[in-house]
Amino acid sequence: MVDAVIQRVEVGARPRQRSSLRKHMQRKSTVAFFMALPLILLIALLVIYPALYSLHLATLNKSMQRFVGLSNFTFLFKRETFWMVVQQSCIFAITAVIFKAIIGFFVAHFVHNIPAKGQRKWRGMLLVPWVIPPAMSCLAWLWLFDPSYSAFNWILAKFGIGAIPWTGDAYWARFSVILINVWIGAPFFMIMYLAALKSVPEQLYEAAAIDGANWWQRMWYVTLPMMRNIIAITALFSLIVTFANFDIVRIITAGGPIDKTHVFATWSFWLGIQGGDIPLGACVSLFMVPILAIAATFILRDINRRGSEV
Amino acid sequence: MAVATVASAKGAASRPRYGSMSRNRTWALRWSYFFLVLFAIFFLLPPVYMLITSLKTSQEISAATNPWWVFHPTLENYRGLLTSNEYLTFFRNSALVSVFVVSVTMLISVPAAFALSRMKFWGSATLATGVFLTYLIPETLLFLPLFKMFAMFKEATDIELINRWWVLLILYPTLTVPFCTWIMIGYFASIPKELDEAALIDGASWMQTLTKIFIPVALPGLIAATIFAFTVSWAQFLYPLAFTTSVDQLVLPVGIITSLVKADVYNWGQIMTGALLGAAPPLIIYAFLMDYYIAGLTAGATKG
Repeated sequence: MVDAVIQRVEVGARPRQRSSLRKHMQRKSTVAFFMALPLILLIALLVIYPALYSLHLATLNKSMQRFVGLSNFTFLFKRETFWMVVQQSCIFAITAVIFKAIIGFFVAHFVHNIPAKGQRKWRGMLLVPWVIPPAMSCLAWLWLFDPSYSAFNWILAKFGIGAIPWTGDAYWARFSVILINVWIGAPFFMIMYLAALKSVPEQLYEAAAIDGANWWQRMWYVTLPMMRNIIAITALFSLIVTFANFDIVRIITAGGPIDKTHVFATWSFWLGIQGGDIPLGACVSLFMVPILAIAATFILRDINRRGSEV
Repeated sequence: MAVATVASAKGAASRPRYGSMSRNRTWALRWSYFFLVLFAIFFLLPPVYMLITSLKTSQEISAATNPWWVFHPTLENYRGLLTSNEYLTFFRNSALVSVFVVSVTMLISVPAAFALSRMKFWGSATLATGVFLTYLIPETLLFLPLFKMFAMFKEATDIELINRWWVLLILYPTLTVPFCTWIMIGYFASIPKELDEAALIDGASWMQTLTKIFIPVALPGLIAATIFAFTVSWAQFLYPLAFTTSVDQLVLPVGIITSLVKADVYNWGQIMTGALLGAAPPLIIYAFLMDYYIAGLTAGATKG
């Protein structure tokens, strides 16, 4: 009897539910599309279109009226400055990412080592360089590097070391911009690695300790494999951001001395906005694409893989 | 007997080892603190030096005294800047741009993230990946074509976009929306399906599900995304440098650099004060909402 009642109720309810469900499903995708529409428009109009447009721009002459094919590219290949920029961009990005990763890794370990009570305070303090807008902190560095009033040189003078031309000499200027980039970026690595360290189960270390593993073995066989994903993805993210960096070089050296510190972004700004040759500038910035594409492919693969694991 | 010897030898060996282990740990702790102090000095040196310089007079800055100490502290630089119309204009422009950009970003990215994470439609998976890829495209690749596009827009419609502060309202969302959408997709995806199913069965519309269930539950993510959008639009340097030039249209980062550095005469006291005040809003937000800030920072790569 009870069964029959339930059956009847179900039968009675089903047709209405199904039709409303179907209507719902039909409406659902439309509603979803409209909810995502502003995002689609924004990406299409202000990201995808300009990105493709820059390909077209790179094939125009300076006044942007005549199609010149690849002659902007051949013109660049013949200029010594261009190859210097390629070299400097690679040195800048690779050195900075490596040092950021190393410093971030060790600082994360130091923070992880101390009692949990004080970790928050230290973490908060060490992330400050990342929080300050880069343009503002670069001004502080510029002042610290001032040719005549450098506060660093004042300290060095106390130790009897002569003044260092932080931004005046090509090699020191290259060192300075990398130093600032490491200063800004290392805290980000520290935070990411700290999060990764916290996610390593304590049991693994206990098991390793019981097996008699020393500090180095624990690091090599437990910590690093567990952190590998985060290390890779953070480094790739940072590689993209560092490779495309603009603020630091622009403010500290503006590309000088004699174009020795220009990276792709600052040189294309210099040519395109200040020099008024937009096609040539667009052409220079296009050379960032290969490295960005490679890094993006790896990141995407990693994220998709992790998505399917979960 | 042999067993007994082994056991006693083991006991003898293991007892001092416990002691050495705890001693090792103490030393590891001391070294950790030592290096942490060292790195904290390195990381905090520039902001501290900004503060030191901002409290000095021009005479003291150009004197040959110890640059790391303030002998005659003064608030003259702060008074000078906070009463200068120019600086207040920069600050106002920055604040307006950031507030508008944060609102626009949230209005675009929250519904989009909801649609992409819960209401599958044709191409939604591709779009989610696309959103992530756009986040990886740097602004240094786009500013020249955008500049040219806006110039052509002026020719076509006679509406001038370049050298207006509100042009930044169009530009900044390209930086903030992809990332915010991406982390909101992650936060929304972590909400159990039963929750919105229950709401739908109770007769809630999709919009109600979003506003009554998803936004309150994913509030920490929403705060993290808001903080991100604010800090990005406050700190952005390339777009305002390329797209705005008149003094009254500048935002803080560009304003300080182009207008306080007058004709190669650097008034470092004022520049440092301006930079410090410009860095203050993100720092204050960070100080109060540190956990959300860090959650947003790690969400980009750890959620997905």
